[in-house]
Amino acid sequence: MDPDIVVDAKGKSCPMPVVMARKGMANIESGQLMALEATDPGSCRDIPAWARDMGHDLIGTDLLDGGYRYLIRKG
Amino acid sequence: MEELSKTDQVQRMTLVAWSGDLDRVWPQLILASTAAAYDMEVTIFFTFWGLFSLVKEERRITGSDWMTKALSTMNAPGLSRSKLSKLNMGGAGPRMMKALAERHQVASPTELLQVCRDLDVNLWPCQMTMDLLGLTTKDLVDGVGEPVGAASALSEMQRSSINLFI
Repeated sequence: MDPDIVVDAKGKSCPMPVVMARKGMANIESGQLMALEATDPGSCRDIPAWARDMGHDLIGTDLLDGGYRYLIRKG
Repeated sequence: MEELSKTDQVQRMTLVAWSGDLDRVWPQLILASTAAAYDMEVTIFFTFWGLFSLVKEERRITGSDWMTKALSTMNAPGLSRSKLSKLNMGGAGPRMMKALAERHQVASPTELLQVCRDLDVNLWPCQMTMDLLGLTTKDLVDGVGEPVGAASALSEMQRSSINLFI
């Protein structure tokens, strides 16, 4: 599945991955996909919590070299 | 935990930013920007030492008379000049903390304040503190709201599900 937007938060620490995810979501429509790339170890708990609370759908998490790639469908 | 959906009533968070210490300013702005990323309606009420975070960096001295001016030389205004509440060591502590933050790519307070502005966080200066310390709205950075009093802060806090005094 190709994302409609890719947000690169690699290297950024808390709270920037969540902040950048929020800004990325503002640029897509409901039902579209965002890929978020992050290396912050805390993001693997923060991003799923944020996505769930915001009503978005975390479709999958892939391991990147030293980080994570989250695929989120906008709710 | 009960799931929140976008149709639920908008959540509100109000912070009373009382301290201007770097190790409190950081969590103030991290929590505010994260709450804004949660689409909460976020308000920060900047009072007492916390208000100096909103003073423009180029203002080295603020105040309306010798006492408030003297105070501002002892409590340097501006977000980049905040001290640590412990281990300040004449400014060496904050320098080390900022170097560590840069190495770990932790956003600086200045960057986080910009994030707050981008995400429409309400930045409310305390009118009484401004009067007490001789500050004018011209001393404050762009993007802050009109100065308000305790009643406005309390009114917002009453409607907020999260209220913190930092």
